[in-house]
Amino acid sequence: MTPLFTYLCRLGDDRLILGHRLSEWAGHGPILEEDIALSNIALDLLGQANNFLHLAGQVEGQGRDEDALAFWRTDVEFQNTRLVELPIGDFGFTMARQFLFDAYSVHLLDALTRSSHAELAALATRALKEDRYHLRHSAEWLVRLGDGTEESHGRIARGLEECWRFTGELFAADAVDEELLNGGVAADLAVVQDRWLETVQEVLGRATLEVPAGDQGPPPNVRRSNHTEHLGHLLSVMQITARSHPGASW
Amino acid sequence: MTPTVPITIDQAWEALRGVPDPEVPALSVVDLGIIRTIEATAGGIRVDVTPTYSGCPALDVIEREIGRALQTAGAEQVEVRRVFTPAWSTDMMTDTGRRRLKAYGIAPPGPVVAEPLVSLGPTVRNVACPFCDSPDTELRSEFGATACKSLYSCHSCHQPFEHFKAF
Repeated sequence: MTPLFTYLCRLGDDRLILGHRLSEWAGHGPILEEDIALSNIALDLLGQANNFLHLAGQVEGQGRDEDALAFWRTDVEFQNTRLVELPIGDFGFTMARQFLFDAYSVHLLDALTRSSHAELAALATRALKEDRYHLRHSAEWLVRLGDGTEESHGRIARGLEECWRFTGELFAADAVDEELLNGGVAADLAVVQDRWLETVQEVLGRATLEVPAGDQGPPPNVRRSNHTEHLGHLLSVMQITARSHPGASW
Repeated sequence: MTPTVPITIDQAWEALRGVPDPEVPALSVVDLGIIRTIEATAGGIRVDVTPTYSGCPALDVIEREIGRALQTAGAEQVEVRRVFTPAWSTDMMTDTGRRRLKAYGIAPPGPVVAEPLVSLGPTVRNVACPFCDSPDTELRSEFGATACKSLYSCHSCHQPFEHFKAF
């Protein structure tokens, strides 16, 4: 496994898993417009995952395509962060996570538009346009819920608190990041983190919410292949059709 | 002997003007602005297509229909490539496409305006009602039935309508 393959899987897997989580809201959104919005965002993320995993398969050169990577890897092979695999919780938790991820993704993809890897830069340019739109949507909800009723404020604040200890993992650079950063391929996660924090502070300020005080994690021994127990359950749902009917098409 | 390019590039463009976008059938793929280039290759013809949105579920169908239309028009081998550079933007939509969109009841996109990387709060766009042309309209939801559209309503004729987002 080359660092580039792993890096592309990280980009793809975060979006695949979060897109799957958002799709769980289809038919359950608090209002029809929001139901449609969450499904639209899920679709964008699945499309981005499709593109990143397709490129990962090409880079790997072992004949695996995006479907093989999505449906035939096991949980320990997935490279997503734990933040995106947590269950959807209530609407407050879903929006808190979405906002924290969208802000991260916009600054990460913005850096990747300048990647020395031309295909990666092209995919990042495409995805960035979509994620800026997602960020505007989730930031708007943060303000509406935070600066809303006592109940909505409490729920969005609790969602942020619950997500906070998983946010450090988004910026935890390892050997893969370092090697690709030297070649100008990857984003500098320290820079991404600074910009992310600026966006988070600005929006939380408008939303009359406090930036959570706790440790952002991750615990020192946690790596990308470590997951919560939730990922296995998610994969069992996501992968069952492909695994029950190998090679089927429609 | 079969000629290497049975149809001309102009004929290929003409053929693609007959391929509708499955999500917005009033528009052809040419109107939509997703056809980047059409080139003759040794064995036939090659078309480069830029996806609108990463998750556009219609893309596979569109690529298949492009291949079918060109074969019907006489091309022997058709290669449809998915390219991401330059990223598609609604500025690539043709004027004919914009007129057709409006006639179909969808407010066409205005020019894409450069915004800061992080722009919070709803964007204020001047969107005229496609039915009565009134500028007195209101954004109801940033997301519509497909990712490329948002929902508006008109205060003058009280019609709800969709707007193809400038993107």
